[in-house]
Amino acid sequence: MKIEQIVHLLNGELLTKHNDEGKEVSGAMGADLMSDVLASIMPEAALLTGLCNPQVVRTALIADIRAIIFVRGKYPAKETMKIANDENIPLITTTHGMYEACGILHKAGLPSLEMPANDSCA
Amino acid sequence: MSDQVKELSDESAENITRTEELAYELRINEVMTRGPHCLPPDISIKDALDIFQKERFSGAPVTANDALIGILSIEDLIRALRKNDMDSDVEAYMTKDVVTVRDYDPVVEALKTFSRTKFGRLPVLNRENKVVGIITKGDISNGLLTALQKDYHAEEIIRYRASHLFEDIISHRTSLILRYEIRKGDFIHGGNASSNIKRALLRLGASPQLARRCGIAVYEAEMNLIIHTTHGGTLRVEIEPHKITMEAYDDGPGIEDVEQAMKPGFSTASNEIREMGFGAGMGLVNIKRCVDEMRLISSKDRGTNLYMIMFLDDKENNPKSIK
Repeated sequence: MKIEQIVHLLNGELLTKHNDEGKEVSGAMGADLMSDVLASIMPEAALLTGLCNPQVVRTALIADIRAIIFVRGKYPAKETMKIANDENIPLITTTHGMYEACGILHKAGLPSLEMPANDSCA
Repeated sequence: MSDQVKELSDESAENITRTEELAYELRINEVMTRGPHCLPPDISIKDALDIFQKERFSGAPVTANDALIGILSIEDLIRALRKNDMDSDVEAYMTKDVVTVRDYDPVVEALKTFSRTKFGRLPVLNRENKVVGIITKGDISNGLLTALQKDYHAEEIIRYRASHLFEDIISHRTSLILRYEIRKGDFIHGGNASSNIKRALLRLGASPQLARRCGIAVYEAEMNLIIHTTHGGTLRVEIEPHKITMEAYDDGPGIEDVEQAMKPGFSTASNEIREMGFGAGMGLVNIKRCVDEMRLISSKDRGTNLYMIMFLDDKENNPKSIK
């Protein structure tokens, strides 16, 4: 699913500025604990989260996450925006809550990229 | 490109793209067409038309004694043609209020001038006010594209050179050691070292899967140094053709019960740290799942040493090989 489609579906706002609209993600995962993300997310995913600190973008870089969606209308800190712009990670903000945002994307056909528990590291 | 003319606030300056940055970094003399054909003012419209047609010009500066006095464009020629005034001097039809740019100015100055004046081409003057070039929007696009391509090639070359490191240097045992000092409580830079380690591995030819696994393990270790140590610690990564050894060590306070620390969900992190998304009690568990071998040595007096080892073999197509 293209970034622009996600922005449209979630009635969101794309916060980064490097022609991100055409980029694609293969699925998504929602989490607020970075260790959970690192443990379970598969490559090429979008991450839905309520955390806005720079570690979210670092986590994305390490775990090959393609885009970050901030739920509940959150805006990331300046430092977070800077790293995302430097590293080409699209950031999106939406006013929907976590459950709702995940539901909308799942219903639109975006699959889960969360590994089942106890699976080994991809 | 029209948003180039807006005043940049500090806020929006943080979000500019590489192309926009280049518009500030590149100088006009790096993208302009050099040594333009200048016309003397007393040449006839007919002769100017011949030159334009032969050289496929759409405009040319008019100079007298090396000084710019006007610019002649196709539109000026059309005006003369309409009046059937082919024998007149170009001086009578040229545009006299010429807007110019300086060769040492950044490209963004030309972009601003284009959008302010609606001219299609601008003569470029040097410090001595001599015409040294002509710049069009096409020149700017070409210049930016070339510069972007150079950026891309630069990363390719780094990757190529790095991936040949182990082949080019002969010894009984070659290894590359990366060290990063991690400060206690430095959440702002948390993960920076791990991002750099992952990038280094990719440049050395590691597969994305291998780089990702090492990245996740070392990132968890880096966050542990930031959250749990007394004074911070060190990340040390030794890369050899057959093995990657990642080590995180600190001087305290040490882990009280190593066995308990290894249990999924066990955490000693404060609520404050949990609010930042860490301290889920999955760090060491994650590390163990990502690497081939993990060793944790900790004591109350000497602090903690965490070894994370990945074994690589050279088999072709093996996702776990560094060439």
